[in-house]
Amino acid sequence: MFEEQRIQDIARQIRRDIVTMTHEAGSGHPGGSLSAADLLAALYFTDQFRCDSGNPDWEERDRFILSKGHTAPVLYSVLARRGFFPPEELLTLRKLDSRLQGHPKKGATPGLDCSSGSLGQGLSVANGIAYALRRRGSDARVYCLMGDGELQEGQVWEAAMFAPQHGLDNVCAIVDYNNVQLDGKVDEIKDVYPLREKWEAFRWNVIEADGHNVREMYEAYQAARACKGKPTVILARCVKGKGVSYMENSAKWHGTAPNDEEYQRAMAELEVQA
Amino acid sequence: MKDTPMRAGYGKAILELSQKHEDVMVLDADVAKSTRSEWVKKENPSHFLDCGISEQDMVGTASGMALAGLTPFVSTYGVFLAGRAWDQIRNTVCYNHLNVKLAGAHGGISVGPDGATHQALEDVALMRTLPGMTVVVPCDAIETYKATMALYDTAGPCYIRFGREAVPVVTNDDTPFILGRNRLVQDGTDVVYLANGYLVHQAMRAAEKLAEEGISARVVDVHTVKPLDREDVIRHASETGAVVTCEEHQIAGGLGGAVCEALAESVCVPVERIGVRDSFGESGTPEELIEKYGLGVDALCEAARRAIARK
Repeated sequence: MFEEQRIQDIARQIRRDIVTMTHEAGSGHPGGSLSAADLLAALYFTDQFRCDSGNPDWEERDRFILSKGHTAPVLYSVLARRGFFPPEELLTLRKLDSRLQGHPKKGATPGLDCSSGSLGQGLSVANGIAYALRRRGSDARVYCLMGDGELQEGQVWEAAMFAPQHGLDNVCAIVDYNNVQLDGKVDEIKDVYPLREKWEAFRWNVIEADGHNVREMYEAYQAARACKGKPTVILARCVKGKGVSYMENSAKWHGTAPNDEEYQRAMAELEVQA
Repeated sequence: MKDTPMRAGYGKAILELSQKHEDVMVLDADVAKSTRSEWVKKENPSHFLDCGISEQDMVGTASGMALAGLTPFVSTYGVFLAGRAWDQIRNTVCYNHLNVKLAGAHGGISVGPDGATHQALEDVALMRTLPGMTVVVPCDAIETYKATMALYDTAGPCYIRFGREAVPVVTNDDTPFILGRNRLVQDGTDVVYLANGYLVHQAMRAAEKLAEEGISARVVDVHTVKPLDREDVIRHASETGAVVTCEEHQIAGGLGGAVCEALAESVCVPVERIGVRDSFGESGTPEELIEKYGLGVDALCEAARRAIARK
Protein backbone atom coordinates (compact mmCIF):
# COMPACT_ATOMS: atom_id res chain seq x y z
CA MET A 1 0.00 0.00 0.00
CA PHE A 2 1.31 3.41 -0.94
CA GLU A 3 0.59 6.24 1.50
CA GLU A 4 1.22 9.33 -0.54
CA GLN A 5 0.66 11.85 2.23
CA ARG A 6 2.99 10.04 4.61
CA ILE A 7 5.79 9.96 2.02
CA GLN A 8 5.31 13.65 1.26
CA ASP A 9 5.50 14.43 4.96
CA ILE A 10 8.71 12.47 5.26
CA ALA A 11 10.14 14.29 2.24
CA ARG A 12 9.37 17.61 3.88
CA GLN A 13 11.07 16.46 7.07
CA ILE A 14 14.11 15.45 5.00
CA ARG A 15 14.18 18.93 3.44
CA ARG A 16 14.04 20.54 6.87
CA ASP A 17 16.92 18.30 7.94
CA ILE A 18 18.98 19.26 4.88
CA VAL A 19 18.54 22.97 5.49
CA THR A 20 19.19 22.60 9.21
CA MET A 21 22.28 20.42 8.79
CA THR A 22 23.98 22.59 6.21
CA HIS A 23 23.11 25.74 8.15
CA GLU A 24 24.60 24.25 11.30
CA ALA A 25 27.68 23.00 9.42
CA GLY A 26 28.17 26.33 7.66
CA SER A 27 28.94 24.47 4.43
CA GLY A 28 27.65 21.62 2.30
CA HIS A 29 25.46 21.00 -0.71
CA PRO A 30 21.79 21.80 -0.15
CA GLY A 31 20.72 22.24 -3.81
CA GLY A 32 21.29 18.71 -5.05
CA SER A 33 20.17 17.29 -1.72
CA LEU A 34 16.78 19.02 -1.89
CA SER A 35 16.50 17.87 -5.50
CA ALA A 36 16.62 14.21 -4.42
CA ALA A 37 14.47 14.36 -1.26
CA ASP A 38 11.22 13.11 -2.83
CA LEU A 39 12.71 10.34 -4.92
CA LEU A 40 14.59 8.96 -1.91
CA ALA A 41 11.53 9.21 0.33
CA ALA A 42 9.60 7.19 -2.24
CA LEU A 43 12.33 4.55 -2.20
CA TYR A 44 13.47 4.18 1.41
CA PHE A 45 10.10 4.64 3.13
CA THR A 46 8.05 2.25 1.02
CA ASP A 47 8.18 -1.46 0.29
CA GLN A 48 10.57 -0.78 -2.59
CA PHE A 49 13.74 -0.80 -0.49
CA ARG A 50 14.63 -3.76 1.73
CA CYS A 51 16.79 -2.93 4.71
CA ASP A 52 16.89 -3.40 8.47
CA SER A 53 18.10 -0.54 10.60
CA GLY A 54 18.77 -3.00 13.43
CA ASN A 55 21.05 -5.03 11.16
CA PRO A 56 22.69 -2.59 8.74
CA ASP A 57 25.04 -5.23 7.28
CA TRP A 58 22.28 -7.75 6.55
CA GLU A 59 23.50 -9.62 3.47
CA GLU A 60 20.10 -9.74 1.80
CA ARG A 61 19.49 -5.99 2.04
CA ASP A 62 19.05 -3.84 -1.02
CA ARG A 63 21.98 -1.51 -1.67
CA PHE A 64 21.99 2.18 -2.34
CA ILE A 65 25.02 3.94 -3.83
CA LEU A 66 25.01 7.71 -3.69
CA SER A 67 27.24 8.32 -6.69
CA LYS A 68 26.65 12.07 -6.43
CA GLY A 69 28.33 11.94 -3.04
CA HIS A 70 28.25 15.69 -2.37
CA THR A 71 24.54 15.36 -1.63
CA ALA A 72 25.37 13.38 1.50
CA PRO A 73 22.92 15.49 3.60
CA VAL A 74 19.89 13.98 1.90
CA LEU A 75 21.16 10.45 2.47
CA TYR A 76 22.11 11.14 6.10
CA SER A 77 18.64 12.48 6.75
CA VAL A 78 17.05 9.45 5.08
CA LEU A 79 19.17 7.02 7.10
CA ALA A 80 18.49 8.84 10.37
CA ARG A 81 14.74 9.05 9.75
CA ARG A 82 14.79 5.39 8.69
CA GLY A 83 16.18 4.54 12.11
CA PHE A 84 19.85 3.79 11.42
CA PHE A 85 21.04 6.46 13.88
CA PRO A 86 19.50 9.23 16.00
CA PRO A 87 18.34 12.31 14.03
CA GLU A 88 20.05 14.57 16.61
CA GLU A 89 23.34 13.36 15.18
CA LEU A 90 22.54 15.13 11.90
CA LEU A 91 23.77 18.32 13.53
CA THR A 92 27.31 16.91 13.62
CA LEU A 93 27.58 16.98 9.81
CA ARG A 94 31.06 17.98 8.61
CA LYS A 95 32.42 18.41 12.14
CA LEU A 96 35.59 16.85 13.53
CA ASP A 97 35.15 13.21 14.61
CA SER A 98 31.60 13.12 13.23
CA ARG A 99 30.19 9.93 11.76
CA LEU A 100 28.71 12.19 9.07
CA GLN A 101 31.63 13.17 6.87
CA GLY A 102 31.32 15.89 4.23
CA HIS A 103 31.05 13.14 1.64
CA PRO A 104 29.82 9.61 2.44
CA LYS A 105 32.26 7.33 4.23
CA LYS A 106 31.46 3.67 4.53
CA GLY A 107 32.05 2.30 8.00
CA ALA A 108 31.42 5.68 9.58
CA THR A 109 27.69 5.98 9.00
CA PRO A 110 25.34 3.08 9.80
CA GLY A 111 23.34 2.00 6.77
CA LEU A 112 25.67 3.57 4.25
CA ASP A 113 26.77 1.10 1.59
CA CYS A 114 29.74 2.76 -0.08
CA SER A 115 32.01 5.78 0.21
CA SER A 116 31.64 8.28 -2.60
CA GLY A 117 32.55 11.80 -3.55
CA SER A 118 34.68 11.46 -6.64
CA LEU A 119 32.00 11.66 -9.30
CA GLY A 120 31.24 9.07 -11.94
CA GLN A 121 32.21 5.99 -9.96
CA GLY A 122 29.01 4.79 -8.33
CA LEU A 123 27.43 2.96 -11.23
CA SER A 124 30.51 0.77 -11.68
CA VAL A 125 30.33 -0.13 -7.99
CA ALA A 126 26.60 -0.82 -8.24
CA ASN A 127 27.24 -3.13 -11.19
CA GLY A 128 29.90 -5.03 -9.26
CA ILE A 129 27.60 -5.50 -6.28
CA ALA A 130 24.75 -6.58 -8.55
CA TYR A 131 26.98 -9.05 -10.34
CA ALA A 132 28.11 -10.57 -7.04
CA LEU A 133 24.57 -10.70 -5.62
CA ARG A 134 23.24 -12.47 -8.68
CA ARG A 135 26.18 -14.86 -8.60
CA ARG A 136 25.13 -16.07 -5.17
CA GLY A 137 21.46 -16.21 -6.08
CA SER A 138 20.31 -13.22 -4.05
CA ASP A 139 17.28 -11.26 -5.19
CA ALA A 140 18.50 -8.05 -3.53
CA ARG A 141 18.48 -4.95 -5.73
CA VAL A 142 21.07 -2.22 -6.18
CA TYR A 143 20.14 1.44 -6.60
CA CYS A 144 22.53 4.13 -7.77
CA LEU A 145 21.74 7.84 -7.77
CA MET A 146 23.69 10.08 -10.13
CA GLY A 147 23.46 13.73 -11.00
CA ASP A 148 22.90 14.80 -14.59
CA GLY A 149 26.05 16.90 -14.50
CA GLU A 150 27.84 13.79 -13.28
CA LEU A 151 27.03 12.12 -16.59
CA GLN A 152 29.83 14.21 -18.07
CA GLU A 153 32.21 11.73 -16.44
CA GLY A 154 33.33 9.12 -18.98
CA GLN A 155 33.34 6.28 -16.48
CA VAL A 156 29.54 6.50 -16.23
CA TRP A 157 29.29 5.39 -19.84
CA GLU A 158 31.82 2.61 -19.37
CA ALA A 159 29.56 1.35 -16.60
CA ALA A 160 26.49 1.97 -18.73
CA MET A 161 27.89 -0.55 -21.24
CA PHE A 162 28.65 -3.14 -18.56
CA ALA A 163 25.23 -3.62 -16.96
CA PRO A 164 23.27 -4.51 -20.15
CA GLN A 165 26.16 -6.66 -21.38
CA HIS A 166 25.65 -8.85 -18.32
CA GLY A 167 21.87 -8.50 -18.13
CA LEU A 168 21.97 -6.95 -14.67
CA ASP A 169 18.24 -6.39 -14.16
CA ASN A 170 18.90 -6.00 -10.44
CA VAL A 171 20.49 -2.62 -11.12
CA CYS A 172 18.33 0.49 -11.00
CA ALA A 173 20.10 3.74 -11.82
CA ILE A 174 18.40 7.04 -11.03
CA VAL A 175 19.43 10.26 -12.73
CA ASP A 176 18.60 13.44 -10.85
CA TYR A 177 17.70 15.38 -13.96
CA ASN A 178 17.75 19.02 -12.85
CA ASN A 179 20.02 20.67 -15.45
CA VAL A 180 22.12 22.50 -12.89
CA GLN A 181 25.72 21.77 -11.95
CA LEU A 182 28.24 23.67 -9.86
CA ASP A 183 29.27 26.16 -12.53
CA GLY A 184 25.87 26.69 -14.16
CA LYS A 185 23.40 24.99 -16.49
CA VAL A 186 24.37 21.51 -17.61
CA ASP A 187 23.31 22.08 -21.22
CA GLU A 188 25.32 25.30 -21.42
CA ILE A 189 28.51 23.79 -19.99
CA LYS A 190 28.67 20.34 -21.53
CA ASP A 191 25.34 19.14 -22.82
CA VAL A 192 24.55 15.60 -21.69
CA TYR A 193 21.08 15.51 -23.25
CA PRO A 194 19.05 13.92 -24.73
CA LEU A 195 19.15 11.39 -21.93
CA ARG A 196 16.45 8.95 -23.02
CA GLU A 197 18.05 8.38 -26.41
CA LYS A 198 21.50 7.99 -24.90
CA TRP A 199 20.45 5.39 -22.33
CA GLU A 200 18.28 3.56 -24.84
CA ALA A 201 21.22 3.42 -27.22
CA PHE A 202 23.18 1.81 -24.37
CA ARG A 203 20.37 -0.80 -24.18
CA TRP A 204 18.82 0.22 -20.87
CA ASN A 205 15.16 0.15 -19.94
CA VAL A 206 14.39 3.86 -19.61
CA ILE A 207 11.63 5.27 -17.41
CA GLU A 208 10.93 8.98 -17.17
CA ALA A 209 9.21 10.36 -14.09
CA ASP A 210 8.58 13.55 -12.18
CA GLY A 211 11.21 13.33 -9.46
CA HIS A 212 9.05 15.36 -7.08
CA ASN A 213 5.93 13.26 -7.50
CA VAL A 214 6.37 10.52 -4.94
CA ARG A 215 3.67 8.35 -6.48
CA GLU A 216 5.25 8.52 -9.92
CA MET A 217 8.62 7.67 -8.45
CA TYR A 218 7.15 4.78 -6.48
CA GLU A 219 5.56 3.41 -9.63
CA ALA A 220 8.83 3.87 -11.51
CA TYR A 221 10.62 1.72 -8.92
CA GLN A 222 7.91 -0.91 -9.30
CA ALA A 223 8.25 -0.86 -13.08
CA ALA A 224 12.03 -1.12 -12.82
CA ARG A 225 11.68 -4.17 -10.61
CA ALA A 226 9.33 -5.77 -13.14
CA CYS A 227 11.74 -5.32 -16.04
CA LYS A 228 13.72 -8.49 -16.64
CA GLY A 229 16.90 -9.10 -18.62
CA LYS A 230 18.25 -5.58 -18.59
CA PRO A 231 18.95 -2.77 -16.17
CA THR A 232 16.66 0.20 -15.69
CA VAL A 233 17.46 3.86 -15.49
CA ILE A 234 14.89 6.25 -14.07
CA LEU A 235 15.26 9.75 -15.47
CA ALA A 236 13.83 11.76 -12.61
CA ARG A 237 13.00 15.30 -13.69
CA CYS A 238 13.87 17.43 -10.72
CA VAL A 239 14.38 21.01 -9.66
CA LYS A 240 17.66 21.72 -7.95
CA GLY A 241 16.98 23.30 -4.56
CA LYS A 242 13.33 22.14 -4.70
CA GLY A 243 11.19 23.36 -1.82
CA VAL A 244 13.20 26.44 -0.90
CA SER A 245 12.15 29.18 -3.30
CA TYR A 246 15.36 31.11 -3.46
CA MET A 247 17.44 27.98 -3.96
CA GLU A 248 15.40 26.56 -6.83
CA ASN A 249 17.15 26.22 -10.19
CA SER A 250 20.15 28.10 -8.89
CA ALA A 251 23.75 26.97 -9.29
CA LYS A 252 24.66 29.22 -6.38
CA TRP A 253 23.03 26.77 -3.97
CA HIS A 254 24.94 23.78 -5.30
CA GLY A 255 27.53 24.13 -2.59
CA THR A 256 26.56 27.00 -0.31
CA ALA A 257 25.02 26.76 3.13
CA PRO A 258 22.23 29.12 4.21
CA ASN A 259 23.10 31.87 6.69
CA ASP A 260 20.88 32.57 9.71
CA GLU A 261 18.39 34.73 7.85
CA GLU A 262 18.24 32.39 4.87
CA TYR A 263 17.81 29.48 7.23
CA GLN A 264 14.78 31.10 8.87
CA ARG A 265 13.21 31.84 5.50
CA ALA A 266 13.79 28.29 4.28
CA MET A 267 12.33 26.72 7.39
CA ALA A 268 9.29 29.01 7.20
CA GLU A 269 8.68 27.93 3.61
CA LEU A 270 9.04 24.29 4.51
CA GLU A 271 6.50 24.82 7.30
CA VAL A 272 3.93 26.45 5.03
CA GLN A 273 4.00 23.57 2.56
CA ALA A 274 2.65 21.29 5.25
CA MET B 1 65.03 -23.85 -15.08
CA LYS B 2 64.79 -21.81 -18.22
CA ASP B 3 63.97 -18.11 -18.24
CA THR B 4 60.27 -17.52 -17.52
CA PRO B 5 58.10 -14.42 -17.54
CA MET B 6 56.82 -13.41 -14.10
CA ARG B 7 53.30 -13.11 -15.49
CA ALA B 8 53.32 -16.91 -15.81
CA GLY B 9 53.55 -17.04 -12.03
CA TYR B 10 50.58 -14.71 -11.76
CA GLY B 11 48.50 -16.78 -14.21
CA LYS B 12 49.27 -20.03 -12.40
CA ALA B 13 48.40 -18.54 -9.01
CA ILE B 14 45.08 -16.97 -9.98
CA LEU B 15 44.01 -20.15 -11.73
CA GLU B 16 44.71 -22.18 -8.61
CA LEU B 17 43.07 -19.61 -6.35
CA SER B 18 39.96 -19.49 -8.53
CA GLN B 19 39.72 -23.28 -8.47
CA LYS B 20 40.14 -23.42 -4.73
CA HIS B 21 38.05 -20.46 -3.57
CA GLU B 22 34.50 -19.76 -4.69
CA ASP B 23 34.88 -16.06 -3.84
CA VAL B 24 37.75 -15.40 -6.24
CA MET B 25 36.88 -13.51 -9.43
CA VAL B 26 39.47 -12.62 -12.05
CA LEU B 27 38.92 -9.43 -14.03
CA ASP B 28 40.83 -8.07 -16.97
CA ALA B 29 40.56 -5.15 -19.39
CA ASP B 30 41.10 -6.76 -22.78
CA VAL B 31 44.68 -7.82 -22.16
CA ALA B 32 43.95 -11.23 -20.66
CA LYS B 33 46.26 -12.95 -23.14
CA SER B 34 49.04 -10.68 -22.06
CA THR B 35 48.57 -10.75 -18.28
CA ARG B 36 47.92 -14.53 -18.38
CA SER B 37 44.55 -14.09 -16.73
CA GLU B 38 43.41 -15.84 -19.91
CA TRP B 39 44.39 -19.09 -18.23
CA VAL B 40 41.43 -18.60 -15.90
CA LYS B 41 39.19 -17.65 -18.81
CA LYS B 42 40.04 -20.95 -20.51
CA GLU B 43 40.24 -23.31 -17.53
CA ASN B 44 37.73 -21.83 -15.12
CA PRO B 45 35.52 -19.43 -17.10
CA SER B 46 32.85 -18.91 -14.44
CA HIS B 47 35.48 -17.10 -12.37
CA PHE B 48 36.59 -14.80 -15.18
CA LEU B 49 35.19 -11.52 -16.41
CA ASP B 50 36.55 -9.40 -19.24
CA CYS B 51 35.56 -5.80 -18.58
CA GLY B 52 36.68 -4.51 -21.96
CA ILE B 53 38.97 -1.54 -22.44
CA SER B 54 37.56 0.26 -19.39
CA GLU B 55 40.12 0.24 -16.61
CA GLN B 56 38.35 2.77 -14.41
CA ASP B 57 35.05 0.92 -14.69
CA MET B 58 36.82 -2.37 -14.03
CA VAL B 59 38.25 -1.10 -10.76
CA GLY B 60 34.81 0.19 -9.74
CA THR B 61 33.16 -3.10 -10.66
CA ALA B 62 35.77 -4.99 -8.67
CA SER B 63 35.07 -2.68 -5.73
CA GLY B 64 31.39 -3.53 -5.88
CA MET B 65 32.21 -7.23 -5.99
CA ALA B 66 34.40 -6.83 -2.91
CA LEU B 67 31.64 -4.94 -1.12
CA ALA B 68 29.40 -7.94 -1.75
CA GLY B 69 31.90 -10.48 -0.47
CA LEU B 70 33.92 -11.57 -3.51
CA THR B 71 37.71 -11.35 -3.78
CA PRO B 72 38.51 -9.83 -7.17
CA PHE B 73 41.94 -10.06 -8.80
CA VAL B 74 42.14 -7.25 -11.33
CA SER B 75 44.82 -7.22 -14.00
CA THR B 76 45.92 -5.01 -16.82
CA TYR B 77 49.11 -3.13 -17.67
CA GLY B 78 50.51 -1.31 -14.67
CA VAL B 79 50.46 2.06 -16.41
CA PHE B 80 46.73 1.88 -17.05
CA LEU B 81 45.85 0.34 -13.71
CA ALA B 82 47.91 2.38 -11.24
CA GLY B 83 47.89 5.48 -13.43
CA ARG B 84 44.65 5.73 -15.31
CA ALA B 85 42.52 4.31 -12.51
CA TRP B 86 44.38 5.97 -9.63
CA ASP B 87 41.44 8.05 -8.47
CA GLN B 88 39.19 4.98 -8.52
CA ILE B 89 41.79 3.07 -6.53
CA ARG B 90 42.17 5.92 -4.04
CA ASN B 91 38.60 6.99 -3.50
CA THR B 92 36.76 3.72 -3.98
CA VAL B 93 39.14 0.81 -3.30
CA CYS B 94 41.29 2.34 -0.56
CA TYR B 95 38.86 4.72 1.10
CA ASN B 96 36.45 1.81 1.54
CA HIS B 97 39.45 -0.41 2.40
CA LEU B 98 38.20 -3.08 0.03
CA ASN B 99 39.61 -6.51 -0.53
CA VAL B 100 40.60 -5.80 -4.14
CA LYS B 101 43.81 -7.29 -5.53
CA LEU B 102 45.38 -5.22 -8.28
CA ALA B 103 47.90 -6.78 -10.63
CA GLY B 104 49.99 -4.43 -12.73
CA ALA B 105 51.59 -6.28 -15.60
CA HIS B 106 54.29 -4.92 -17.92
CA GLY B 107 56.13 -3.27 -15.07
CA GLY B 108 59.44 -1.60 -15.77
CA ILE B 109 61.48 -0.60 -18.76
CA SER B 110 62.14 -4.22 -19.76
CA VAL B 111 58.71 -4.20 -21.41
CA GLY B 112 60.87 -3.28 -24.39
CA PRO B 113 59.69 -2.57 -27.94
CA ASP B 114 56.23 -1.25 -27.02
CA GLY B 115 57.96 1.86 -25.75
CA ALA B 116 57.34 4.45 -23.09
CA THR B 117 53.51 4.48 -22.95
CA HIS B 118 53.47 0.83 -21.89
CA GLN B 119 56.43 0.80 -19.51
CA ALA B 120 55.16 1.30 -15.95
CA LEU B 121 57.82 3.34 -14.16
CA GLU B 122 55.72 5.29 -11.65
CA ASP B 123 53.22 2.68 -10.48
CA VAL B 124 54.99 1.72 -7.26
CA ALA B 125 55.17 5.36 -6.17
CA LEU B 126 51.52 5.92 -7.07
CA MET B 127 50.36 2.89 -5.11
CA ARG B 128 52.70 3.28 -2.17
CA THR B 129 51.25 6.61 -1.05
CA LEU B 130 47.72 5.23 -0.71
CA PRO B 131 46.57 4.54 2.86
CA GLY B 132 46.23 0.86 3.65
CA MET B 133 47.68 -0.37 0.35
CA THR B 134 50.11 -3.32 0.25
CA VAL B 135 52.66 -3.13 -2.58
CA VAL B 136 54.65 -6.15 -3.77
CA VAL B 137 57.27 -6.38 -6.53
CA PRO B 138 58.43 -10.00 -6.87
CA CYS B 139 61.70 -10.97 -8.55
CA ASP B 140 60.82 -13.96 -10.74
CA ALA B 141 58.00 -16.25 -11.84
CA ILE B 142 58.14 -18.46 -8.76
CA GLU B 143 58.12 -15.54 -6.37
CA THR B 144 55.28 -13.93 -8.35
CA TYR B 145 53.30 -17.14 -7.86
CA LYS B 146 53.96 -17.17 -4.13
CA ALA B 147 53.25 -13.47 -3.74
CA THR B 148 49.95 -13.74 -5.60
CA MET B 149 48.92 -16.68 -3.44
CA ALA B 150 49.86 -14.62 -0.36
CA LEU B 151 47.68 -11.70 -1.49
CA TYR B 152 44.59 -13.87 -1.12
CA ASP B 153 45.39 -14.19 2.58
CA THR B 154 46.21 -10.49 2.99
CA ALA B 155 43.15 -8.44 3.89
CA GLY B 156 42.53 -5.13 2.15
CA PRO B 157 43.80 -3.52 -1.04
CA CYS B 158 46.97 -4.91 -2.60
CA TYR B 159 49.05 -4.08 -5.65
CA ILE B 160 51.38 -6.62 -7.22
CA ARG B 161 53.68 -5.58 -10.03
CA PHE B 162 55.48 -7.87 -12.43
CA GLY B 163 57.28 -7.82 -15.75
CA ARG B 164 56.60 -8.96 -19.27
CA GLU B 165 59.80 -10.62 -20.45
CA ALA B 166 61.16 -14.05 -19.75
CA VAL B 167 63.73 -13.49 -17.03
CA PRO B 168 65.98 -15.82 -15.01
CA VAL B 169 64.31 -17.78 -12.24
CA VAL B 170 66.43 -17.08 -9.19
CA THR B 171 64.31 -18.74 -6.52
CA ASN B 172 62.89 -22.25 -6.28
CA ASP B 173 59.81 -23.85 -4.79
CA ASP B 174 61.49 -24.15 -1.42
CA THR B 175 62.72 -20.57 -1.17
CA PRO B 176 60.82 -18.95 1.69
CA PHE B 177 58.47 -16.09 0.90
CA ILE B 178 56.81 -14.06 3.61
CA LEU B 179 54.87 -10.99 2.61
CA GLY B 180 56.28 -7.98 4.41
CA ARG B 181 59.60 -9.67 5.20
CA ASN B 182 62.76 -9.11 3.18
CA ARG B 183 64.58 -12.15 1.85
CA LEU B 184 68.34 -12.37 2.23
CA VAL B 185 69.63 -13.59 -1.12
CA GLN B 186 73.32 -13.68 -0.29
CA ASP B 187 75.41 -12.34 2.52
CA GLY B 188 78.16 -9.76 2.26
CA THR B 189 79.86 -7.16 4.44
CA ASP B 190 80.94 -4.09 2.43
CA VAL B 191 77.73 -2.94 0.79
CA VAL B 192 74.10 -4.08 0.48
CA TYR B 193 71.94 -4.17 -2.62
CA LEU B 194 68.31 -3.66 -1.65
CA ALA B 195 66.60 -4.75 -4.85
CA ASN B 196 63.28 -5.94 -6.18
CA GLY B 197 61.79 -7.22 -9.42
CA TYR B 198 64.13 -8.23 -12.21
CA LEU B 199 66.90 -6.15 -10.65
CA VAL B 200 67.35 -8.77 -7.92
CA HIS B 201 68.98 -10.87 -10.61
CA GLN B 202 71.08 -7.93 -11.78
CA ALA B 203 72.19 -7.33 -8.20
CA MET B 204 73.23 -10.99 -7.86
CA ARG B 205 75.36 -10.67 -10.98
CA ALA B 206 76.83 -7.39 -9.77
CA ALA B 207 77.74 -8.99 -6.45
CA GLU B 208 79.58 -11.78 -8.31
CA LYS B 209 81.51 -9.27 -10.31
CA LEU B 210 82.39 -7.17 -7.26
CA ALA B 211 83.68 -10.31 -5.52
CA GLU B 212 86.35 -10.57 -8.22
CA GLU B 213 87.75 -7.25 -7.07
CA GLY B 214 87.51 -8.15 -3.40
CA ILE B 215 84.29 -6.33 -2.56
CA SER B 216 81.79 -8.30 -0.51
CA ALA B 217 78.26 -7.31 -1.50
CA ARG B 218 75.12 -8.43 0.28
CA VAL B 219 71.93 -8.87 -1.77
CA VAL B 220 68.47 -8.52 -0.25
CA ASP B 221 65.19 -9.02 -2.08
CA VAL B 222 62.85 -6.27 -0.84
CA HIS B 223 59.80 -7.65 -2.61
CA THR B 224 57.37 -5.92 -0.26
CA VAL B 225 57.73 -2.17 -0.72
CA LYS B 226 54.79 -1.52 1.56
CA PRO B 227 54.65 -2.25 4.39
CA LEU B 228 58.42 -1.98 4.21
CA ASP B 229 60.38 -4.42 6.38
CA ARG B 230 61.88 -1.36 8.02
CA GLU B 231 63.88 -2.93 10.84
CA ASP B 232 65.50 -5.34 8.42
CA VAL B 233 66.42 -2.53 6.02
CA ILE B 234 67.98 -0.59 8.88
CA ARG B 235 69.89 -3.65 10.05
CA HIS B 236 71.42 -4.29 6.60
CA ALA B 237 72.32 -0.62 6.25
CA SER B 238 73.95 -0.54 9.68
CA GLU B 239 75.85 -3.78 9.22
CA THR B 240 77.29 -2.98 5.79
CA GLY B 241 77.48 0.81 6.03
CA ALA B 242 76.63 1.36 2.37
CA VAL B 243 73.34 0.90 0.49
CA VAL B 244 72.40 0.62 -3.18
CA THR B 245 68.71 0.41 -4.03
CA CYS B 246 67.83 -1.22 -7.36
CA GLU B 247 64.48 -1.14 -9.14
CA GLU B 248 62.92 -0.90 -12.59
CA HIS B 249 61.14 2.31 -11.65
CA GLN B 250 61.73 6.03 -11.39
CA ILE B 251 64.29 6.73 -8.69
CA ALA B 252 61.68 8.95 -7.02
CA GLY B 253 58.97 7.45 -4.88
CA GLY B 254 59.56 3.73 -5.34
CA LEU B 255 61.78 1.33 -3.42
CA GLY B 256 64.64 3.85 -3.36
CA GLY B 257 62.33 6.45 -1.90
CA ALA B 258 60.95 4.07 0.69
CA VAL B 259 64.42 2.97 1.80
CA CYS B 260 65.68 6.57 2.00
CA GLU B 261 62.68 7.54 4.11
CA ALA B 262 63.37 4.70 6.53
CA LEU B 263 67.10 5.38 6.74
CA ALA B 264 66.80 9.16 7.03
CA GLU B 265 64.91 8.63 10.27
CA SER B 266 67.30 6.02 11.69
CA VAL B 267 70.90 5.53 10.56
CA CYS B 268 73.24 7.75 8.60
CA VAL B 269 74.68 5.69 5.74
CA PRO B 270 75.43 6.57 2.11
CA VAL B 271 72.69 5.47 -0.30
CA GLU B 272 72.92 5.21 -4.07
CA ARG B 273 69.75 4.67 -6.05
CA ILE B 274 69.57 2.64 -9.25
CA GLY B 275 66.48 3.41 -11.31
CA VAL B 276 65.25 5.46 -14.22
CA ARG B 277 66.30 9.05 -13.67
CA ASP B 278 63.31 11.28 -14.29
CA SER B 279 62.74 10.30 -17.90
CA PHE B 280 60.44 8.17 -20.03
CA GLY B 281 61.66 4.97 -21.60
CA GLU B 282 61.63 4.18 -25.32
CA SER B 283 61.54 1.25 -27.73
CA GLY B 284 64.36 -1.25 -27.77
CA THR B 285 65.15 -4.73 -26.59
CA PRO B 286 64.95 -5.26 -22.83
CA GLU B 287 68.72 -5.76 -22.64
CA GLU B 288 69.43 -2.56 -24.57
CA LEU B 289 67.05 -0.54 -22.41
CA ILE B 290 68.39 -1.93 -19.15
CA GLU B 291 71.87 -0.84 -20.20
CA LYS B 292 70.89 2.52 -21.67
CA TYR B 293 68.87 3.58 -18.65
CA GLY B 294 71.54 2.71 -16.16
CA LEU B 295 70.09 -0.50 -14.71
CA GLY B 296 72.79 -2.86 -15.99
CA VAL B 297 75.34 -4.84 -14.02
CA ASP B 298 78.13 -2.32 -14.64
CA ALA B 299 75.96 0.53 -13.38
CA LEU B 300 75.13 -1.47 -10.26
CA CYS B 301 78.82 -2.21 -9.61
CA GLU B 302 79.72 1.44 -10.06
CA ALA B 303 76.96 2.50 -7.67
CA ALA B 304 78.31 0.10 -5.04
CA ARG B 305 81.83 1.51 -5.39
CA ARG B 306 80.45 5.05 -5.02
CA ALA B 307 78.47 4.12 -1.92
CA ILE B 308 81.49 2.44 -0.34
CA ALA B 309 83.70 5.44 -1.18
CA ARG B 310 81.26 7.71 0.63
CA LYS B 311 81.46 5.75 3.90
